Amino acid sequence: MSRPSAAPTGEPAPVLLEVSDLKLQFGGLMAVDGLNLRIHQGEIVSVIGPNGAGKTSAFNCVTGFYRPTAGSIHFRGQPVTGRRPSAITRLGMARTFQNLRLFSDMSILDNVKTGLHTDLRQSWFDAFLHTPRFRRSETLCAQMARAWLDFVGFKGDPEAYVSALPYGEQRRVEIARALATSPALLLLDEPAAGLNHSEKRQLIELIRRIQALGVSIGLIEHDMGLVMDISERIVVLNYGKEIADGPPAAIRADPLVIEAYLGAAESEPAVEPEEAS
Amino acid sequence: MALIPRRPRPPALLRPPVDLVQPLGRRFDWRGPRAPLRLIGLLAVVGVFVLPFLNASTYLMQILTSAYIYVMLAMGLNVVVGYAGLLDLGYIAFFAVGAYTSGIATTRLGLSQVQAIPLVIVVCVLAGIVIGGPTLRLRSDYLAIVTLGFGEIIRVTANNLSVTGGPAGIYAIPGWQFFGWRLRDGFSLGGLRFNGQVTFYYFVALIVTVLGVLGISQIARGRLGRAWKAVRDDEDAAEAMGINTYLAKITAYIIGAVWAGLAGQLMATQQSAISPPSFQFLHSALILMAVVLGGMGSTPGVIVGALFISLAPEFLRGVADWRYLIFGLLLILVMIFRPAGLWPASAVLPWSRDRRRAAETAPPPPPESPSSPAAAADRGPTADGPTSAPASPEREVRP
Amino acid sequence: MIQVIVNGLSVGAFYALVALGYSMVYGIIKLLNFAHGDIYMLGAYVGFVVLGALTSWLSLPTALGLVLVTLVTMALTGGAGVLLERVAYRPIRHAPRLSLLITAVGLSFALEYGVRQIFGPQPSHFPVQIDAGSVHLFGATITIARIVVILVAAGLMVVLALFVAKTRQGRAMRAIALDAKAARLMGIDVDRTISLVFFIGSALAGAAGVLAGAVYGTIDFLMGFIIGIKAFTAAVIGGIGNLYGAMLGGVALGLLESFGVAWLGGQWRDVFSFLCLILFLTFRPTGILGGRVQERM
Repeated sequence: MSRPSAAPTGEPAPVLLEVSDLKLQFGGLMAVDGLNLRIHQGEIVSVIGPNGAGKTSAFNCVTGFYRPTAGSIHFRGQPVTGRRPSAITRLGMARTFQNLRLFSDMSILDNVKTGLHTDLRQSWFDAFLHTPRFRRSETLCAQMARAWLDFVGFKGDPEAYVSALPYGEQRRVEIARALATSPALLLLDEPAAGLNHSEKRQLIELIRRIQALGVSIGLIEHDMGLVMDISERIVVLNYGKEIADGPPAAIRADPLVIEAYLGAAESEPAVEPEEAS
Repeated sequence: MALIPRRPRPPALLRPPVDLVQPLGRRFDWRGPRAPLRLIGLLAVVGVFVLPFLNASTYLMQILTSAYIYVMLAMGLNVVVGYAGLLDLGYIAFFAVGAYTSGIATTRLGLSQVQAIPLVIVVCVLAGIVIGGPTLRLRSDYLAIVTLGFGEIIRVTANNLSVTGGPAGIYAIPGWQFFGWRLRDGFSLGGLRFNGQVTFYYFVALIVTVLGVLGISQIARGRLGRAWKAVRDDEDAAEAMGINTYLAKITAYIIGAVWAGLAGQLMATQQSAISPPSFQFLHSALILMAVVLGGMGSTPGVIVGALFISLAPEFLRGVADWRYLIFGLLLILVMIFRPAGLWPASAVLPWSRDRRRAAETAPPPPPESPSSPAAAADRGPTADGPTSAPASPEREVRP
Repeated sequence: MIQVIVNGLSVGAFYALVALGYSMVYGIIKLLNFAHGDIYMLGAYVGFVVLGALTSWLSLPTALGLVLVTLVTMALTGGAGVLLERVAYRPIRHAPRLSLLITAVGLSFALEYGVRQIFGPQPSHFPVQIDAGSVHLFGATITIARIVVILVAAGLMVVLALFVAKTRQGRAMRAIALDAKAARLMGIDVDRTISLVFFIGSALAGAAGVLAGAVYGTIDFLMGFIIGIKAFTAAVIGGIGNLYGAMLGGVALGLLESFGVAWLGGQWRDVFSFLCLILFLTFRPTGILGGRVQERM
């Protein structure tokens, strides 16, 4: 059931996500200013850019958390602009959050189980009466959740509460939770932030394994090593605008990108108005 | 570039690359860490069923019946506040809606109490939709104040309409009748004489409450319950999981309303008369206190909290006047020092904690199959099987 | 007609005074301070006690006495507001919102029943009443008391508006309301400013309490409950968090209610205004003066 990854030769894989001319305005600030983005099936695409370039805002529009000021978003051929985030998730788009947002008063296993919400065939009335269907679906749910935890390499007590976990493990749980929603496209918002070197290596390996399941991946990341290593294509944003789009080698040599990063390094604002949500 | 054809769901359910078996989970798990708790619950239920055979004084029966009605109310509010994280300060309004619906249906429309049950449920669902529909889209603190206003609206309306009997309320509400069988005159069993009416209401209230408690705690453990808790912990992340948070919230609200309505019907039949002063804000606040003091989202905590709040006037006779002040202060203290309540949802009983520790110090099982499907299947239906620690060297250092 | 409008204005003045505290606290720490209505009640009782003490010690003309009592009460309830924030809200300011709301309910309960334990459940009679007769204007009878209420409230609101607009502390309040983290980085003492907001809000509610005692004559321990909800309604109608919105909302609610009573009868007064609240929340949750904003995650 693995979907083909973007083949370097032959006809290109179908388009999964198509963002055209996306604009998002916060008061006077143009957070995203005319973004065009296309993610094909099976592809790993990174979105990079200096702090405040509008990466997370763009993600939030795509996943339905922000209502874009203008532009359109199509996912798997359907317009999703202005739909509820949950409806978009149900279409097969999952995401993680920049600043880890696990359910803190639920066990790790229950966190992953919430990801299976849309796939469970049980009504609250089944639960009320404790029907065989309810028990079967709960058993399956627990198994799937444990299997996803295994898949992301989580080795700990799944019954423990999230707050007891080290940071790196919480990242894993969040990815397991997103995978449990059964996505065709997984959007990862700075998954390597705060990870040490060996954890980053494991993350790269995990992202490759997710791709091998047939899931396309959109990645926001600051760690250039990681981005250059795994991306098949990189999109560079600056001031809400796309300034480059191409394979890693081309991006590395792009003078506009170099200028954006060096320029930003000199005059980087102390407060990041957009990223520090 | 061909676009993928329109489809409601991804082509296939994405599955982790392991084999999954689907056995039917066990009905009840008497070995898991929750087993001692279940045993205590079972003993308590048996205890309260046997109690009237030991002492069936009118006084005891009446205060306990009222206490069960409180437990029913607190379980319903627990869904709204404890699971879904929505503050409802006018919860008593649904209690009033249930009580008045049953009162009007039986005294004005000539239905029997049993026939009134579906009507009570329907009216409460409608009331829940009317009040929750517009406000649940907003921030949760708006809901708090709107429900506060709603509580007053219902009370003032009941006070002013003629169909509700105005300030005098409705009286002579008929009692329960099952298939023409009713216990008006009392009965003797095993040489004991029961005051029929009172004892009968005791059993009706007890049965409804036990069902109410079990039902809520089952729902809370399933898909909907997880959705509620997810919404409570982080609404955005819950949306990202595909949970329609608005639907989850309104379901919680409606279920809470129905539970309160049924409690209201119990109250109407027990007292056989209802009037507006029984539905003041004070009572909404008391039920909230029961839930918060006991432990939001914790079934045993909420039961204990409801029993404490409703029976407090009986065992705090000397300081009865002070109790509301004490409750208010307790609420603040609990929020500051023990926000999860006195019996938190995450509580582990001492002996099962010992089991947990024993499992940790035990030599790790072979690392080949930390969580093979077979092992997963063994863990029981609700996956709260015995701690199930996969082998890991990290577990040794973690507390 | 004129009668209805003046009645509405005088009731609206109470709502506006209490709504200001609600709205300011909400604006600065996003907390619905349920205990705020009870601060109003506390103000009435503090005024009651202070007035009793003053009249037994020295004999002042009523008007001067009332002014003095109002000022003392404002200082005391303001202090009480600061104390409550310090003891109950500050320790859990960063806890989940639900905890804060529940604490506020507990506080409200403790205040109500604490006062009940001291003064008893029966209403107390305010020793002094503004009873200077009434004037006739365009065919309406308007008591002097109502005019005093409207003038005092207007005066207090002008002072507050000037304070927030012109002073350093006022600027700090607006800065924190916009972005507490950035304000702290800019060197604003956030804790002190929050205390100040609680002081001002509580002092205004206290003043309203004394006025209510002096106008209506009786006070009781539950008098703050309904006005608390009404004041919140006023704050929502005007646009919560917005100072001028609270003033406008108070007056608007007072007028709406006044017309509602004239139309439906007095027993439906509360139902009518809560229905207004629900309608506003449904169709325009940001109120008259609130703008539509994209909520950030």
